[in-house]
Amino acid sequence: MTASIINLQTSARDHHIARMAALALGLSVLEAAIPSPLPGVKPGLANIVTLIVLARYGWQTAAWVSLLRVVAGGLLLGNFLAPGFFLSLGGALCSLLILALSQYLPARWFGTVTLSILAAFAHISGQLLVVYLWLIPHTGIAYLFPVFAIAALLFGTVNGLIAAHFLVEPETELAPAS
Amino acid sequence: MMAYIKPGDWFTLLCGALFATWLAVTLWQGGAADKAIIRSGGNIFREVSLSRNQIIEVPGPLGISRIAVRDREVRVTSDPGPRQYCVHQGWLKQAGEIAICLPNQVSVELGGGKKTYDSLNY
Repeated sequence: MTASIINLQTSARDHHIARMAALALGLSVLEAAIPSPLPGVKPGLANIVTLIVLARYGWQTAAWVSLLRVVAGGLLLGNFLAPGFFLSLGGALCSLLILALSQYLPARWFGTVTLSILAAFAHISGQLLVVYLWLIPHTGIAYLFPVFAIAALLFGTVNGLIAAHFLVEPETELAPAS
Repeated sequence: MMAYIKPGDWFTLLCGALFATWLAVTLWQGGAADKAIIRSGGNIFREVSLSRNQIIEVPGPLGISRIAVRDREVRVTSDPGPRQYCVHQGWLKQAGEIAICLPNQVSVELGGGKKTYDSLNY
């Protein structure tokens, strides 16, 4: 039997996206090990990568990195197509939507911290929407919203600061060019 | 650290904090209660105002349940039921809270404000 080799034509940009997605993936796996008081309250460290990619390479690349991270993260953590996966996906899609709009904010006034906070709020809104429309169609989940909102504010700010740090330092590159 | 935060970011932070606070205030408060609705056997036995402290005796199939109103709070003080769940529930404060003494078919519910939900499932 001859071994079949599938050759995909990949561009340098694909490799670049894959490297950054891998970095984000590493952060989300790392984060999965951190115990959380409430399911869904997570630092969202992978979003740091999304923010840096957004600032450096534009929204399209950021969307690739973010969605690849969600899918691959689902595969790695074993919840691909399980509810947790769709929560991540819903959150990521909402974040990307908000980021697509908010990247047009005047850069002189609004920095990465703003983008991060907005994305964090969009993320929890997307997640809770999925929860409400699909998993728990009960208005009682509104009681959890303030907890998620406070977490989003906190982690959004911290992630934004970390991303801003990497963006200000000119020599830091996300993934070393191989 | 300050180099990373632009002026608009402070604005976003402030808005986020205000939004979170507003959410907590609106979603975590059932609204002030202004009356207690006492039911017996499925019918409304009495609706009492919370402004006057009093003890109300409500007859049921097993005997008398006593409901106390004090300082705009309500509790079931005694009930002939075997498990005393409604008594152990203690003081009810917010609109929508309810204590049900099922064996004696007596319940007391705080009304007023806006009802946050009309049923609970466990």
